[in-house]
Amino acid sequence: MEFDQECDARNLNCPLPILRCKKSLSAIEAKQILKITATDPGSVKDFQAFCKQTGHELLQMDDEDSIFTFYIKKRAD
Amino acid sequence: MAKGQPKKLALIASKGSLDWAYPPFILASTAAALDYDVQIFFTFYGLTLLKKDLSDLKVSPLGNPAMPMPVPMPNFVQMLPGMESMATMMMKQKIASKGVASIEELRAASIEAGVKLIACQMTVDLFDFKKTDFIDEIEFGGAATFFEFAGKSDVQLFI
Repeated sequence: MEFDQECDARNLNCPLPILRCKKSLSAIEAKQILKITATDPGSVKDFQAFCKQTGHELLQMDDEDSIFTFYIKKRAD
Repeated sequence: MAKGQPKKLALIASKGSLDWAYPPFILASTAAALDYDVQIFFTFYGLTLLKKDLSDLKVSPLGNPAMPMPVPMPNFVQMLPGMESMATMMMKQKIASKGVASIEELRAASIEAGVKLIACQMTVDLFDFKKTDFIDEIEFGGAATFFEFAGKSDVQLFI
């Protein structure tokens, strides 16, 4: 999947992946796509909850060898 | 959802040990990332969390039977000099090795995200704290100040 910005949150534990993601999102334009990689198993639920509450769109989520990849489209506003 | 009035979170942080420093800063920084307006009111031992130097935050196994220890340790051993420092050192190593943020990091993230930190003025007077011991990004206030924000908050927690 194409993306505009990447955020490496591997080997970080709650709540750091969310905080890093938030910071990266504020640095990109509306509707641009951020790719986040994380190893915290809790991040799977957390990123779903994050997107549900903030209005950013979780486009895709992959799990490969316990490395989780999320593609989030920044909300339009 | 992200539109209109942001949700609000009001926290009271009343504890000043290394382990109990986590909940308020984790919740505050995360809520701020979820676009909440957040205020933390620091009272009694919680004031310690606003000091410039956080390196003397400690965790004690004493009176904390649920704390995981590498070997079973009776209370009379835990009270020996140096045991608290050792437990703190072990906890800090564990925190770093598991990729858990430091308190300094979470506090900085909270401040950067606009979390408002309020120090209980009464506690400052009670314990003769010096205002110069604290970081600059705080305000001083009392219980009424807390309620001004907590009264219209969506979530209020005492930690």
